[in-house]
Parts: sequence; C-alpha cells; structure tokens
Amino acid sequence: MYKHRGFALPFIIMIIIGTLVPLCSIVFYGFTDDTGNFTIENFLAMFSEEHIKALIFSVLLALISTFICLILAYPLGLILRKSKLGKSGFVIFIFVLPMWMNFLLRTMAWQVILERNGLLDHFCQFLNIPFVEIINTPFAVVLGMVYDFLPFMILPIYNVLKSMDEGLIEASYDLGAGKFTTLRKVILPLSVPGIISGITMVFVPSLTTFVISNMLGGGKINLIGNIIEQEFTVSANWNLGSGLSFVMMILIVVSMVIFTKLDEDGEVNLL
Amino acid sequence: MRKIGKGLYIALIMFFLYLPIGFLIVLSFNEGRSMAAWTGFSFHWFEEMFESRMIMDALYNTFTIALGASLAATAIGVLACIGLQAMGYKSRQSLLTLNNIPMLNADIVTGISLMLTFVAFGISLNYETIMFSHICFCIPYVILSVLPKFKEIGDNTFEAALDLGATKTKAFIKVILPEIMPGILSGFLLAFTMSVDDFVITHFTRGAGINTLSTLIYSQVKVGVRPTLYALSTVIFVVILIVLVLTNIISSKREKRRLEL
Repeated sequence: MYKHRGFALPFIIMIIIGTLVPLCSIVFYGFTDDTGNFTIENFLAMFSEEHIKALIFSVLLALISTFICLILAYPLGLILRKSKLGKSGFVIFIFVLPMWMNFLLRTMAWQVILERNGLLDHFCQFLNIPFVEIINTPFAVVLGMVYDFLPFMILPIYNVLKSMDEGLIEASYDLGAGKFTTLRKVILPLSVPGIISGITMVFVPSLTTFVISNMLGGGKINLIGNIIEQEFTVSANWNLGSGLSFVMMILIVVSMVIFTKLDEDGEVNLL
Repeated sequence: MRKIGKGLYIALIMFFLYLPIGFLIVLSFNEGRSMAAWTGFSFHWFEEMFESRMIMDALYNTFTIALGASLAATAIGVLACIGLQAMGYKSRQSLLTLNNIPMLNADIVTGISLMLTFVAFGISLNYETIMFSHICFCIPYVILSVLPKFKEIGDNTFEAALDLGATKTKAFIKVILPEIMPGILSGFLLAFTMSVDDFVITHFTRGAGINTLSTLIYSQVKVGVRPTLYALSTVIFVVILIVLVLTNIISSKREKRRLEL
C-alpha cells in the first residue's frame, strides 16, 4: 500500500512550528509583562474603557456590514438561481471578478471617490448641493467593508440556492403555498448552510480589520484591529497587543461555535 | 415588469461592484495628477509605474513568494493527505482540526503569532519569514482541495496495478496521480491567489525594506502617492480578466467535450 503515516511528517512539523508554537507564543506574551513576570493585566486590559468601547464598536460595525451584505446578496442569489445567465456561470464570474482584485486597491478606490475633491465632491458641486462628507466617518468604513466582502456573501448563498432541489419548491407550490410562504418555509431554511458560511466569511474579517478603518476612517475610527495593530507597530507594547489578540481570538471561536450551532439545528427562524 | 426589476437589481449591484474599479482605470489614463479634471489621455503613469524600482521589486517579491509558497504548500499538503489516510480516525480528525486553525483564525492573529515566534527564537524578519508564513497559511487550502479526491478513488485501482506487475511508485504515478490531479491543481491555484492577495500576515512578518505589492500599496496610500497605483490597478485588473476568461473558456470547452462523450 502506498499510504504511510510517515508522509504526513512534514505537515505535522509545519503544524507544530507554524500553528501550535505561534499560538503558545501569543499566550506566553499575553500572560507576561515586559520584564517577563506573570500577569493577567494584558487580558483584563480588554475591559478598560477605551478598549471595550473599541470592541463594542467593532462588533457593531461588523454586524451592520454583515447584515447589509446578507440583504444585498440573498435577493441576488434568488434572481441568479433562476436566470439563464446564472446557469451559464457567466454572471457568477462577473460577481466574483472584483474579489480577485487586490483589496487594498479596492479600498483605495473608495478613498478616491469619497474624499474632499474626489468624485463625490465634484458630483455634489455639479448638482449644486453641499458636499456629503462621509469619508472619515463610520459610514465610510461600513461602505468599505460591504464593498470588500460582498462577494464572500454572494458566492456561498448562490451556490446553495443553485444546487437546491427544484422538486421541493414545486411540491410546496403544489401543496398550495404562495410565493412568500415557499420562500419562508422551504427556500430559506434549506439555504441556511450557505447563509451561515457567508456570515462567517464576512463577519470575521470585518470584525478584525484595521486596513479599511485606517484608509477610510482617516485614523479617527479606532476599531479593535487598529488598537492591536498599533500596539505592535507604534507603541511597541507587544505583551498588551498579545493579550488583546488572544481575547479577540476567543471571541472569534465563540462566534464560530454559535454560527455552526445555528447551522446544525437548522431550525433558525430567520424571519 | 418583474423581469425589468430583476435586471435592474443585477445592474445596480454590478454598478456598485465595478464603479470604483472603473474609476481607477479611467484615472490611470489621465494626463494630470489631479482627479478633478480630465486633462488628456496619456500612458504617462504606466511608464512611470514600469520604471519604478519599488513597484517592480514588490511585484517580483509577490510572485516569487506566491510561487514558492504555493509549490511548497502543495507538496507538503499532498504528502499530508497520503499520510492522513494511513492514520486512525482520532489522530486524523485532530490533525484536521489543527489544520483548520489558520483558515478560521483572523489574519491579524495569525500574523502576530508568527511574528512573535520568529522574534522569540531570534530569527530576524526578512524575505524568508514571509515565505514561511505564507507556506503555513496555504497548506490548509491544499489539503482541503486534495483530501476529498483521495476519498473518491479508494484502493482497488492501485491494488489492481500492483497485481498487474507495476511497482508501487509506478502504480502511484500512473493510477493515483492522474485521479487526484484536479484537486492538486485547484489547491495550488487557491494557495497561489491567497498568497498574492495577502496583506495582513505579510505586514507583520516582513522585514524592513521588503515589500510585496500589498504592503507597498498600503504604505504608498498612507503617503498619498497615487497615480502610479491607478496604473497598477489597471494592469492587475486586465491580467485578472484575461486569466479568468481563459480559464472559463478552457473549462467550458472541457465540459462540452465531456458531454459529447
């Protein structure tokens, strides 16, 4: 037989030095202060006013972006499921193409559009209305998140809707259900796995981003990702940064468990 | 009426997705530096981009790292899949759980944890640390695309090849490899694009002065040097468009051939 556990050795080594040791390093740095003594200060620091505010704000913005992505992507999935274009694979190609573009350039594009003297500014001048200044506000950050991560919501939802058994939907109509009832009682529950994976793929990067808030928030919007990044690049307090990242990691694990639990139950009432 | 509504919805989302990219492309051909006015058509920024040492270096780094990391990750990942098959349920399951960590974890945590490890072991951050980090986060994607292929094929064909006199190596190359090849290819491509696209992990694990395209763009945007970046966007967009159109054509042709058979 060609199968031998020895072949997995390089992989196991990579897991140890590339995943396990690094995670231990974060825990180690998080539990020590700069002199190397044991402390839990760095974890408790998450609950200081500044940090907990940033965390709550990040969760809020991430939830809003995820929700907007969901309500934009779901109808699109429903339309594409039945359209000829959707079946040919061409439309999905169109919707996935922007995802391949470097996301920093895509975020920069919004900076160019929204900033003073940008496209939006000129458009406002053209219409003779005052400049709608949304750059450097939470709106701009949410807009950037929705723009950057929308394809991650479209793809899983479209995939699950496309592979849905048409017979079940017809059966629902045959049994006298209307369009809306069929959507609510048949299509929606069956598409929960796609929705869940879309939500995870948008929520986690939105929650932890520091790039979008940096570029579109103009340094005024401090998300938890920004605070952690600054601890490493600006203030060089690595112990605090590690403590905060560890807490954030726990938060992600908890939300993942909640998301997958929802998936397993399969009976989430989304409406 | 309903049809128009649906078409309008698709059009609106497409407008939202493509307007910013289209705007960058238009600006890249603008003669002047300002985006306020169209001052004439020019390839000026493209010339400047191709002459920029920094951009070309970053481009070189991006592609050598992506190629190296995805090749290494593919080799390690395929070997891992072979090894995983020989293991008991429990050890395989726990290894796969560990394998998922870099994929599910936030990039910022992965990046920071790797950086801390390098520093803790006295390894100075440089080109190699980026490469190593990229290999780490690419392996899970390879395993994810290759492992299902192994499950599909089973052991019978391999044993038949042995019975017919092939050596183990020959049987593997002739019988198993062609079957898992699509999985290997898609895993490799996935790893490659993940590596090219990565910013956050590179940001934390790179040495001073070493840039990939992503980190270069980030620092340039902060300083506010942009017209060459518009040109870069246009080039990247056109390359992606060509690659995706070609792969789409090839795969649809293959599909047709399969249907004809």
